[in-house]
Amino acid sequence: MKFETPAGTNPIDQLKVIGKPTDRIEGPLKTTGTATYAYEHNDEVTNPAYGYVVGAGIAKGRIKAIDQTKAKAAPGVLAIVTAASAGPLKTGQFYVDRLLAGPDIDHYHQAVAVVVAETFEQARAAASLLKISYTKTKGAFDLAAAKDSAPLIKQGQFSPPPTTNVGNFEGAFASAPVKLDETYTTPDQTHAMMEPHATIAKWDGDKLTCWASIQQINWGVRDIATVLGIPKENIRLISAFIGGGFGGKGTVLSDIIAAALAARAAGRPVKVTLPRPLIANNTTHRPATIQRIRIGATPDGTITAIGHESWSGNLPGGISETATAATRLLYAGANRFTQLRLAVLDLAEGSAMRAPGEATGMMALEIAMDELAEKLTMDPVAFRIKNDTQEDPGKPGRKFSSRKLVECLQTGAKQFGWNKRQAKPGTVREGQWLIGMGVASAIRGAPILKSAARVRLSREGIVTVETDMTDIGTGSYTIIGQTAAEMMGISLDKVVVKLGDSTFPESPGSGGQWGAASATSGVYAACVKLREAVANSLGVSLEEAEFVGGQVRGGNRSYPLGDAAKATELVVQDEMTYGTLSREYAQDAFGAHFVEVGVNSYTGEIRVRRMLAVCHAGRILNPKAARSQVIGAMTMGVGAALMEELVVDKQVGFFVNHDLAGYEVPVHADIPHQEVVLLEDLDPTMSPMKAKGIGELGIVGVAAAVANAVYNATGIRVREYPITLDKLIGKLSING
Amino acid sequence: MEETNESTISRREMIVGTTAAIAAITLANVMGTQAAPHSVPLSLAKVSFTVNGQSHDLEMDTRTTLLDTLREHLHVTGTKKGCDHGQCGACTVLVNNQRINSCLSLALQHQGDTITTIEGLGTPDKLHPMQAAFIKHDGYQCGYCTPGQICSAVAVLNEIKAGIPSHVSASLLDTPQVTNMELRERMSGNICRCGAYSNIAEAMSEVAQKQA
Amino acid sequence: MKTFTYERASTPAEAAAASARTPGAKFLAGGTNLLDLMKLEIEAPQHIIDIGKIGLNKIESTPTGGLRIGALVSNTNLAAHPIVRRDYGLLARALLAGASGQLRNKATTAGNLLQRTRCPYFYDTNQLCNKRVPGSGCAAIAGFSRQLGIIGTSTSCIATYPGDMAVAMRALDATVETVKANGAKRTLSLDQLYRLPGQTPHLETTLEKNELITTVVLPPPVGGVHIYHKVRDRSSYAFALVSVGAILKKDGTGRVAVGGIAPRPWRIESAEPLLPSGAKAFTAQLLKGARPTKENEFKLALVERTLAAVLNEAKH
Repeated sequence: MKFETPAGTNPIDQLKVIGKPTDRIEGPLKTTGTATYAYEHNDEVTNPAYGYVVGAGIAKGRIKAIDQTKAKAAPGVLAIVTAASAGPLKTGQFYVDRLLAGPDIDHYHQAVAVVVAETFEQARAAASLLKISYTKTKGAFDLAAAKDSAPLIKQGQFSPPPTTNVGNFEGAFASAPVKLDETYTTPDQTHAMMEPHATIAKWDGDKLTCWASIQQINWGVRDIATVLGIPKENIRLISAFIGGGFGGKGTVLSDIIAAALAARAAGRPVKVTLPRPLIANNTTHRPATIQRIRIGATPDGTITAIGHESWSGNLPGGISETATAATRLLYAGANRFTQLRLAVLDLAEGSAMRAPGEATGMMALEIAMDELAEKLTMDPVAFRIKNDTQEDPGKPGRKFSSRKLVECLQTGAKQFGWNKRQAKPGTVREGQWLIGMGVASAIRGAPILKSAARVRLSREGIVTVETDMTDIGTGSYTIIGQTAAEMMGISLDKVVVKLGDSTFPESPGSGGQWGAASATSGVYAACVKLREAVANSLGVSLEEAEFVGGQVRGGNRSYPLGDAAKATELVVQDEMTYGTLSREYAQDAFGAHFVEVGVNSYTGEIRVRRMLAVCHAGRILNPKAARSQVIGAMTMGVGAALMEELVVDKQVGFFVNHDLAGYEVPVHADIPHQEVVLLEDLDPTMSPMKAKGIGELGIVGVAAAVANAVYNATGIRVREYPITLDKLIGKLSING
Repeated sequence: MEETNESTISRREMIVGTTAAIAAITLANVMGTQAAPHSVPLSLAKVSFTVNGQSHDLEMDTRTTLLDTLREHLHVTGTKKGCDHGQCGACTVLVNNQRINSCLSLALQHQGDTITTIEGLGTPDKLHPMQAAFIKHDGYQCGYCTPGQICSAVAVLNEIKAGIPSHVSASLLDTPQVTNMELRERMSGNICRCGAYSNIAEAMSEVAQKQA
Repeated sequence: MKTFTYERASTPAEAAAASARTPGAKFLAGGTNLLDLMKLEIEAPQHIIDIGKIGLNKIESTPTGGLRIGALVSNTNLAAHPIVRRDYGLLARALLAGASGQLRNKATTAGNLLQRTRCPYFYDTNQLCNKRVPGSGCAAIAGFSRQLGIIGTSTSCIATYPGDMAVAMRALDATVETVKANGAKRTLSLDQLYRLPGQTPHLETTLEKNELITTVVLPPPVGGVHIYHKVRDRSSYAFALVSVGAILKKDGTGRVAVGGIAPRPWRIESAEPLLPSGAKAFTAQLLKGARPTKENEFKLALVERTLAAVLNEAKH
């Protein structure tokens, strides 16, 4: 099915199942420990060996030698695989990292060997007996030092043009009566999903089955095939449950390659999980940025010039952090400029983490807006509203398909009690604590991609949906079930949803905030086909057929749905593809974040007291799951604001704090009760579902709202994330 | 001692403590000899405990944690490995009704203990009230930290009932109350990167109210 | 983790005898720190003597009005004990500020005292660390040192003692009773227990090999306001950047120990007469000779400000 013109009324609009805050259908499994994650397929693989990945001990250089004598002789050891023994390995098509390196080492903890033994304990012990000697070479680890020589990015599939210009930015900025020119930095961050990357690999002849933790099954299969040089048809990849990803499990990483090679070498299924202390330097992360923002305005608050430049670093060939993405679309302004530069750094690969680009860029832009509002003596909410635009400011005439940023800001301000905010910072005290409020806008692209599904109808009237879409905690199981139930006129308990298996029809997987909208549209297409098949089978005209309450009505007759499959199970498959609407319209999701913090005037400790998000993100397929996506993203935003930083040791060349004690993410005590308002929205330009993604929108702007609240509380402007107490106490006067 | 030089004792053999080859390696003769421990490639020792009401007599590689015993040997995989270093709480189980990180505990430390994992609290058909409340309040997303969160949540309510104070208790002498702040502080050893904290606190409050 | 042999002791005497018999043995109590380090092979004992079930888990009043705390009393049970809550509030507060509920259930009193540093270079076996490999060098001094020590450190090590409980114990003048492998017993103050690194940072305490702490003794309670203020980036389940443990009397006198800044809980008794003069005067004396790095010099101000917050709180 091809979606080429804006959607009219369709069965989804009945909203009997869709739009309801249904509990997750996989909830009973997840809450009882019976959902099976990658490393846990003990029924399917009964006699696995254990692989332990060894990471490089240096940041850059060359392996001189690997002495395997002691490791080989260690108890239980079955095989040792290194790049030298593995045969030729290519790199994947999204991540550029070499997943089993040697003799050249590109970054610290890059995988250089996998040791296979009978038990986990034996594999781990033997791994430490490998004697690896290196020749170190000089590397580049300091983004600030590399900044001035960093070239413009190359435009690619996930990268915008390196430079964009609208009007005459330099001239307009120079002549602007009120202006801001500041530089902001964001640190490297790690996804820190709770489930470490893990794989069980099993060969049957030349066929490979991997139970792994991969967000995009199609990318995973493609990249296993590419890296190992085997046909895609010989690969089955299963990720039915994924213990969090946030972009960090987009496709194949070292655990899969290690497991596959190890299983081949050992002649046995092998399970591999990356040790937690290896993950930050071995896998991918959100890259650090340096961002310069210049905004010029007239005294009434009209933006006349807006410029955003961003620098990030990566391994050669890696993608850039596209921090300027939001700035191209969010606010009006006739004269505009963005530019992205990318340095080569010899740290682990930088790649996508929840709202790549927007999350990082808005950490800077939304502080800049707060700063300029103050210079204009305007309320920060009013300043943002003043510069709203209903069309793409870079392409006049190209409308936003739906955009209620103003309503988000207004609704939020009202609900949060924004009118109680004191414009003069540092003026609200409660005992030792200084109290402040902050706001930020949110915007995140709403991409939608081709997605397929297969649906089956049994004689019992059970509809089974199969697609390789994944559920990384997003609620995919449930919203896909709701979609099928709505389409077929049945209750949710009559739907079985099967996900995350490469033998199922291809979806774009979980990433880029495209999963929910894309996958449910694919299921819609398949269900349209199933409705036809049902009508045919029952001899009811499709035009007359009504699918209601488990019955199919038409021609004054009513049949139980399952009757259509009386003779044989009905099985159909279809996909949703897209025309040009996404070019005709700017399709984005919007929001506003409001935060109240307390800052201890003695110690500079920062604690979040209240949080509110208002989101405008197309049809909300399941308000309960959508709200959870948003509160989770808000939590990660608090981490980005106040504590998360992979610290680079610029001498040694690695992320030093590479475990969950050193890299702090928010804990329960950091997060107050969170409020989320989901504004009503239907976007018929997206798909028949009229939905957009929301899981990444929720993080965009949060950190800046926290930063602005800290400023409002203290009068101290911190432009280097994370905002930690050591950046405050030198300027903080004790009160209380 | 020659059996201990056998380098390919399989996992299966190790958990069945009665096979002849293994039975020879008793704790006593490992200890009684003065052989340098270096030359012992594999050390095994016996331990007995119950997991979710089922008793197990095991002979384990001494290095095996309680967590890996549950997951890799008993195939009770509800308990999760998130960090293996006591930094995340995903491996939380109840031992003699107290919550601990099973990753930082050798199986051998649990002689005679009563261990309850998430599977022992309830099943999909017969949910524990805390499991039901997590579902109702959407107190989870990816689900990976969830068993640890729920085990911890059950223990936290018991700890409050038992009058154990916390970092945020205003007074050390008063009986602690089930407040949002108390729950959040006490649950802080269970990281949820999906960020379901706000919902988890609500699920726990509901269970606490029903219990009161 | 290296292979080790294992035995369970059932009495302290048995544990001592076992350790005498087995060179290279380590005692395993709660295991929350030792097993963590064994997984990384930073600790690699050849033999483990499990002392988890040898008793030593009682809390008893002493004839002079103090408290004897068994080495294996869990952090949870110690913090929850009615006498501790009533008379040694500082200790209860410090315990409750540490780690997580799960870890406090498992961690023991003696084990907590003996926990090792959290320096990230100590934890990464590819990095230079004089504590882990004597004489290899210290990557932390020129590296990431925000969390690390500002005083009592040396040119070979700037690691901090990470614990909370010991800070309170130090302010409370706690002593430890030990039994050596040969059965000899002795009593040490915490100042006698903890060494400063000097050029031998791998030696953290003055305990002999396989000397076992059996009891921690608290002198009779010290009246006054007991406050433990732990400052950290996140609200819970994190190590202190700085922590201040204080017992303050109405007249402004008192005692203060500080955590997060030194290789051991930091208390300078001779500075304490300055407490009534305020945080600035006292801290100047307490931190005399401090040698922070550029990354952690903020701790100088943070100690003073945290103490000021504590003094302010004590007044209210």
